[in-house]
Amino acid sequence: MEIIKTHYNRRSFLKVSAAAGGGIMIGFNWLMSCAPSQEKAGLAMPDEWFDINAFLKIGNNGVVTIYSPNPEIGQNVKTSMPMIVAEELDVDWANVLVEQAPLNTVKYTRQLAGGSQSLRQGWKSLRIAGASARRMLMEAAAKQWQVSVAELTTDKGIIKHTSGKSVGYGEVASQAVSVAVPEEIPLKDPKDFKIIGKATKNVDGKKVIKGEPLFGLDVQREGMLIAMIVHAPAFGMRPKSVDDSAARSMPGIKDVFIITTLPDGIEAQWSDVNAFKELVVIVGDNTWNVMQAKKALNIEWETVSAPMSTGSYNKALSELLEKKADTPARKDGNPDEAFKKAAKVIERTYSAPFLSHNTMEPMNFFAHVTADGAELIGPIQTPEFLRKTVSSVIGLPEDKVTINMTRQGGGFGRRLYGHFGLEAAVISKKINAPVKVVYTREDDMTQGTYRPAYKVKYQAAIDKNNNLVGIKIRGAGIHESPVFANRFPAGAVDNYLVENHALESNISTGAWRAPRSNFMAIAEQCFLDEVAEALGKDPIDFRLELLERAATNPVGQNNDYDPARYAGVLKLVKEKSGWGEKKNGVHRGVSAYFCHNSYVAQVLDIVMKNSKPVIQKVWCAVDCGIVVNPEGAKNQLEGGIVDGLGHTLYSEMTFTDGKPDQTNFHNYKLIRNSEAPLEIECFFVENGVDPTGLGEPGLPPAGAALANALYAATGKRLTTQPFYKEEMTISPM
Amino acid sequence: MATFKLKINKKTYSLEADPSMPLLWALRDLLGLTGTKYGCGIAQCGACTVHLNGEAVRSCSLPLSAVGDGEVVTIEGLSKNGDHPVQKAWEEVDVMQCGYCQAGQIMSAAALLSKNPNPGDEDIYNAMNGNICRCGTYLRIREAIKKAAAMK
Repeated sequence: MEIIKTHYNRRSFLKVSAAAGGGIMIGFNWLMSCAPSQEKAGLAMPDEWFDINAFLKIGNNGVVTIYSPNPEIGQNVKTSMPMIVAEELDVDWANVLVEQAPLNTVKYTRQLAGGSQSLRQGWKSLRIAGASARRMLMEAAAKQWQVSVAELTTDKGIIKHTSGKSVGYGEVASQAVSVAVPEEIPLKDPKDFKIIGKATKNVDGKKVIKGEPLFGLDVQREGMLIAMIVHAPAFGMRPKSVDDSAARSMPGIKDVFIITTLPDGIEAQWSDVNAFKELVVIVGDNTWNVMQAKKALNIEWETVSAPMSTGSYNKALSELLEKKADTPARKDGNPDEAFKKAAKVIERTYSAPFLSHNTMEPMNFFAHVTADGAELIGPIQTPEFLRKTVSSVIGLPEDKVTINMTRQGGGFGRRLYGHFGLEAAVISKKINAPVKVVYTREDDMTQGTYRPAYKVKYQAAIDKNNNLVGIKIRGAGIHESPVFANRFPAGAVDNYLVENHALESNISTGAWRAPRSNFMAIAEQCFLDEVAEALGKDPIDFRLELLERAATNPVGQNNDYDPARYAGVLKLVKEKSGWGEKKNGVHRGVSAYFCHNSYVAQVLDIVMKNSKPVIQKVWCAVDCGIVVNPEGAKNQLEGGIVDGLGHTLYSEMTFTDGKPDQTNFHNYKLIRNSEAPLEIECFFVENGVDPTGLGEPGLPPAGAALANALYAATGKRLTTQPFYKEEMTISPM
Repeated sequence: MATFKLKINKKTYSLEADPSMPLLWALRDLLGLTGTKYGCGIAQCGACTVHLNGEAVRSCSLPLSAVGDGEVVTIEGLSKNGDHPVQKAWEEVDVMQCGYCQAGQIMSAAALLSKNPNPGDEDIYNAMNGNICRCGTYLRIREAIKKAAAMK
């Protein structure tokens, strides 16, 4: 058992103030407008609710509502975060209802979906929320019975006294409200967990299969208008003038105008990435009418900065790979000397294109701005940053801007950048009406905020005794180099050099699921495969040797991984996949990567059928510490693998004179059902370490495991994504 | 503008709309049936799949003028309590991640099973390849279809 300070003196999120009820009520406004059902099968609603703290309320019949603090983008935190609260509260999960918490970072601290951090950073505060509520309920019962709390135990929402008498949480909840928040509380020993570690179904599963309105695009409001934006057709352009005469006469059209979302003098935050700050806006009564009238707009555009084409930036990136950096990002030993003396040098350059996020639910947001305040509802990964920007652009104090989060039809990093929410607020203020901004797929795909195009050159020096003695890595990318200076195999090689270059561009970029790792894992793990082959070593044994070196006698400083945990997942995947067994006609690849605090290793099998590879199976070994919800964790890993394979194989954004060549799913290929692996099996290292996230870590290794398997099958090293251009397409059909 | 009497989920809805308006937008914006989703608008992603006379169709590319007196079923009308075998299987397998594409996936799967109660892998691919799941839940979708087939 762990005793933990609740920190309630520091303006605690746990203490329910008079404002708490009001704050929580805000969360129901949008629910009333699109009313998803609140029922859970067989669960009777209480007559009265009691707010115990910001994270939970208890009904007089013992039903518990837990508020999930963070945005839900498909990473399943709306299930896993409340599971942690319920565990420490010690209730029956069947008696728990879950609701999305409103934005209130005073109470909930970090309300952001990004970096796979929700579970890792929420772990302690969620446990404290549940444990301190449990303690307050026990104190209320102790007072009622005139006994000591030490004589009480709890089980599934029932408080029991040593004498044998018992009382339900619901019966003492009204008394618990006035109990002081304890300064210290015990946390459960992980071996006593009953909810954490148990496969638990998605809390919105029933609502989704019935098609209930849960998403931003589903928000409807009395008097709400629909607005669409028209951004410039090419990066580096902006609207000069608009002839709206034809559009205005079309059915349902109310207004056409140009807006500037981030005027001069407004300090843009990191989440305000937007290549198109000047937009033509068209407002009307329904989506179809606005879509039609949009096509009738006659807009004159002007060029404000030089347009880029795929050929031109690829050439510029390749030139950067030939240029020494002024200052290396990392240097161990004497790399130049090691390469000079090398008996053999291996060199390989890898590249990857821009990618669009393509969340299935395109960007959208509801806003209603009045003189008194701004109400915003929609899908956003960074609600707090959006509130700040809306506040400064609209000119309302932050406490007059409310933001409520809907369920989100995918995130992948795209909804970290909330310009669409800001656009809704600016438009609502201008037209003085509630409005929902809706992006078409084309608006969404051609808007920017892409995964940058990257290139990286790897070089390995092998001495005359067949030892790897040096590695040089030089990376270049749009706005940023992809290379992490201190990641594996840094720390395992005596002579090590990392150099970074960035190329500025008017094409906007942003975080895309496992930023930089989504490219670096493929380059690094393909290159290590090639080095292992040159050394005549088994690829897993070779990686384990490097990790052993990093563990026992690390080179340099700041190596940002734990070699033992890294080796752990490799050993686990080796065992589970029966690595080393030769199967007729089956070609295998291996890959391992550490990012976002979790370790993942994968073995992937293919068979060739009519000269096309069929992905038979992926074995996926993971160390993410304590697995909160095994079902959700597996789903994230499966999805990450499919996502990683799909984008590595098929997807790209290219540009001609600043204009995106891909505009919708007819010319931007995403992986389809028949192309996903036939089977994926996941294995978790059991080590009791505090949990880390899985929204991202499953993705990066997959493309490399496939490329290494394809090499085993074809003898060809794939280096340029999307691979389908170099190799045959993947199809099990 | 024209007047339409649409048969949706065994109810008749009267509405005034542009005959070129796709069924998707009539459902979502005019009738408040938002379970059917917009994904691409060009029949490439399947998020908007509904049944027209028992066939899976992409409602984003089906103008109201082409619906006529056909029987439309949307996700809201697939079953009374979310207990169609496909819905039950989806819940049991815990298919969804973000959930946005799943109404379309379920409607495609239900249409497949109504014609082919025991689909093989290739039948499943043929019926489901038109539905994109950006979260990558394809393996669970296949599993749920097989589970639903076994329930019948």
